[in-house]
Amino acid sequence: MTAIADTRILTGRSLRHIARSPDTIITTALMPIAFMLLFVYVLGGAIDAGAGRYVDYLLPGILVITIASGVSYTAFRLFLDLQGGMVERFRSMPIARASVLWAHVLTSLVATLISVAVVVAVALAMGFRSGAGIGAWLAVAGILALLTLALTWLAVIPGLTASSPDGASAFAYPLILLPFISSAFVPTAGMPGPVRWFAEHQPVTAIADAIRALLTQEPVGADLWVALGWCVAILGVAYGVATAVYRRRMA
Amino acid sequence: MTAAAIEVRGLEKSYGELAVLRGVDLEVPRGRIVALLGANGAGKTTLVRVLATLLRADAGAASVAGHDVATAAPDVREALSLTGQFAAVDEILTGRENLVMVARLRRLPDAGATADALLARLGLAEAAHRRVGTWSGGMRRRLDIAMSLVGEPEVIVLDEPTTGLDPQARLEVWAAVRELADAGTTVLLTTQHLEEAERLADRIAILHEGRILVDGTLAELKALLPPATVEYVEKQPTLEEVFLAVVGGGERS
Repeated sequence: MTAIADTRILTGRSLRHIARSPDTIITTALMPIAFMLLFVYVLGGAIDAGAGRYVDYLLPGILVITIASGVSYTAFRLFLDLQGGMVERFRSMPIARASVLWAHVLTSLVATLISVAVVVAVALAMGFRSGAGIGAWLAVAGILALLTLALTWLAVIPGLTASSPDGASAFAYPLILLPFISSAFVPTAGMPGPVRWFAEHQPVTAIADAIRALLTQEPVGADLWVALGWCVAILGVAYGVATAVYRRRMA
Repeated sequence: MTAAAIEVRGLEKSYGELAVLRGVDLEVPRGRIVALLGANGAGKTTLVRVLATLLRADAGAASVAGHDVATAAPDVREALSLTGQFAAVDEILTGRENLVMVARLRRLPDAGATADALLARLGLAEAAHRRVGTWSGGMRRRLDIAMSLVGEPEVIVLDEPTTGLDPQARLEVWAAVRELADAGTTVLLTTQHLEEAERLADRIAILHEGRILVDGTLAELKALLPPATVEYVEKQPTLEEVFLAVVGGGERS
């Protein structure tokens, strides 16, 4: 298939960008690591999140933040490609047009999951432990990959429509803040009515709870399906809007 | 197959209320350099983007190497290479990597050899393994043109190839364009500089307010004016000639 070969060549190109500026992987991981240090060593003492280690409770939410900050680089890189005329060049060549977007999406997946691995390594150094088996870890990796895919397609939209590089990556701020109004840092039980209602019905709570349950070897229950449902729904809507915007830029 | 490399008939394109192209007719014969001359906003880039299948026209027809841009876009993309107004090169990759990438996307059997040949042809071999981010504007432009030459497309379209370049770099690009014509490639180039059109083109078409006003060889265009009168004028060197004499640059042969 020519589309797959084109995507492979273009993905190789953007992976080379990442390899030549690995600082983007570090800066992606930096903020979530800072939050993790802050919450575990400063605020954590005042938070009652149950019997276990707080870092074990916290990590799923931190990983969501890592993904949100990772995909903002995708928006940024796509914006630069549009600005610099590379997208135009590729579109005027005899190649599959969708491959331009897919290359950015696959690169985002690789770069973000490397950042996630860096954050997990730091968490391990801070005392995070999990007795989860290989199956549970694979399930966690699957959820994180699906979430990255969904948020990356979401990031493609500002990448295609922004008028400045700052605008392209600014969309990630609300995504980074979303975990704070969820069960990611503090159990929702202590929140006042409307805040609690919001926290319990937004995707981060379901995703963080599902990952936490998998890592602490507790029954996952409905959370897993709610989490997957959210990811698939975001993915579907974002993919539809992003490809429509991409096609519309033609006219 | 028609005789013309590019054929445009009654092409129209508007952005909302603004009619940019208002019935453009243009023919570019095979193997020729045609300059599309026009001021900013005359519609040059819009026309070029329609030819490169990046934009759909509202009315009229255009074909490249016999393929209709609306109905046979993939064939048009195969036959035509566009070098846009700003050098579209990957600054993080090296010059050679840029060319190898394009050669692989065009499914050439030996991408590396193609890249090396083009680097040598455009005088970029020495810088081949440096990141393009460190290159000068003229070098980037030549790489940009080299990337359009990969796979030897029948038609090359250059949109304002020398805009924003210093005089030295402009001469480099002119030399590269002339070399294309010598190799038999059809070139359509847009420019707002009369001198550029005069120096490079076999035929010149003047685009003004969305229509082609005149289209012909330089001699034909000059014949439209009253006959020349003879005057004796002391010719001062132009500032450009002074600049080139001082910095010691000349045209690349």
